[in-house]
Amino acid sequence: MIKKSNLREAYGKELVALGRKDERIVVLDADLRGSTMSCYFAKEFPERFFEMGIAEQNMISTAAGLSLTGKIPFVNTFAVFATGRPYDQIRQGVALPKLNVKIVGSSCGLSDYGDGATHQSIEDMAIMCSIPNMVIISPVDAVEMKKVVKAVVEYQGPVYIRINRNDLPVLTDEDESFEIGKIYKIADGKDITIFATGFMVYQALQARAILQDKGISVRVINVSTIKPIDVDKVKEYAKDVKGVITAEEHTVIGGLGGAICEVLSDELVKIKRVGIDDKFGQSASNYEELINYYGLTPQAIIEKAEELLS
Amino acid sequence: MKINEINELKEKARAVRKGILECIGINKKGHLGGSMSSADLVTALYFYKMKINPKNPNDPDRDRFIFSKGHSVLAQYAALAECGYFPKSMLETTKTFGSILQGHPEIRTPGIEANTGSLAQGLSVGVGMALGGKLDKRDYKVYVILGDGELNEGQVWEAITAASVYKLDNLVAIVDRNKLQASGPIKEIYDIGDIKSKFEAFGWKSFEINGHNMKEIVEALDSVDEIKGTPSIIIAQTIKGKGISFAENVTGFHNASLTAEQFKEANLDIENLELQGELI
Repeated sequence: MIKKSNLREAYGKELVALGRKDERIVVLDADLRGSTMSCYFAKEFPERFFEMGIAEQNMISTAAGLSLTGKIPFVNTFAVFATGRPYDQIRQGVALPKLNVKIVGSSCGLSDYGDGATHQSIEDMAIMCSIPNMVIISPVDAVEMKKVVKAVVEYQGPVYIRINRNDLPVLTDEDESFEIGKIYKIADGKDITIFATGFMVYQALQARAILQDKGISVRVINVSTIKPIDVDKVKEYAKDVKGVITAEEHTVIGGLGGAICEVLSDELVKIKRVGIDDKFGQSASNYEELINYYGLTPQAIIEKAEELLS
Repeated sequence: MKINEINELKEKARAVRKGILECIGINKKGHLGGSMSSADLVTALYFYKMKINPKNPNDPDRDRFIFSKGHSVLAQYAALAECGYFPKSMLETTKTFGSILQGHPEIRTPGIEANTGSLAQGLSVGVGMALGGKLDKRDYKVYVILGDGELNEGQVWEAITAASVYKLDNLVAIVDRNKLQASGPIKEIYDIGDIKSKFEAFGWKSFEINGHNMKEIVEALDSVDEIKGTPSIIIAQTIKGKGISFAENVTGFHNASLTAEQFKEANLDIENLELQGELI
């Protein structure tokens, strides 16, 4: 049984660990600290934690102001509210002046299964990808999550991080390196390359195991930095295979699938996208129901692989 | 930089108004009305009140000024040039390709503290800077000029609430109450009612002044220094287009171009402004 761990927990605790070393780190939340896990930071550093109430627009612009005094603000709320509600504040006040504001979208994708479409961010990466100067990171597991927090503190500029709500399989090791803008090979193969992000990396690995039994060899790439996309490596991993699949817990428009298609648009390679097919989410009694309904399964990936090779 | 003589400050206000005209030029569109209505307020901030050093624009202890109604930045460009942040000759490049003087404020311009232009965000940025100042135990103040039309934006009221929650007595907002918004008189377009009582209900200490009377402006800016534990709002009653006879109180000059003849007339009006006594 593969070990599972929670990304939100890892994020909240790493923020505290880094906060102990770096006084510039400040944290803002919009009345969701118990969910985003910024509560750990609030408890240890109450003077550097700012509860901004249920007012996301003001929260983003306040973070912009804090960054202009040399702080490194981490802004927390659900992904759907972090990117949708204060879009203009991010565009005009954070991205344009390239301020050092870290926007953390929690409960991304369908991971807040019970709360339904209003709380499920199916397009957060698409929104953020369209804004110049933004860096977009979608960590694969709790181990990588910690490295991401450290890397974005060291990076000077605006970053959006999307974090899944649920416990996810641990696929990476503590001693592996993480660099913003690099993609990482999780498993090698020669027939098909799957570029996956977040929870879908695990689904891709499961699909790979089944395809392997059918004699199809699959390479799985963890794309945790969606923007800037690792252009050279994407091309390299796409050129020696018969086809490429993208897999994301996000609309197939404008996120990872979009980014890979853009990079490979001048290459002679067949691409299939697995993701949410231009639809809103809905409530369910568990995560798996939604994963199955929206086709974010190993089976969906296998079908695309077979289409590519047929 | 500090000028204590009211008459000298009025001369600076004249120079700022001339600078605004330099930015607008001839047959080149610019936000004349709101720049002119806020010119005396901006002058008092830069030449009387704020601790600033143009030679060290990033001094961490400096006072900050944010033009939340970013379209009126021409008044700020004029004041910054007058202070020496960049040459006055640069003013005429405003809103042209390649200039550091963009149509709305950007921090790449020396002396500009925040990117604004999409209304309402400046006050929130001011909240962040004020929180940062408290955290670092620095005693600088953050001044934010808002438009009265800008108060339509919901985010302004989020920021007003936050400033009150965090007892930001190092934050001073000034409303340039020129009573005209882009489409016409506020009373007719979108009447938001009594601003003063609204701010007071949100827990702010309020002051109301004539925003073209330098003595009143200076006194109000000094008075807010005495306020502890709450943010302060100065409601400055102003005239849109102030100083230019044909533009005063005319909605059409919110964002307009000037003909060569109008440009000449406007400059003459500004040169003669002192004849009006208290600049009222």
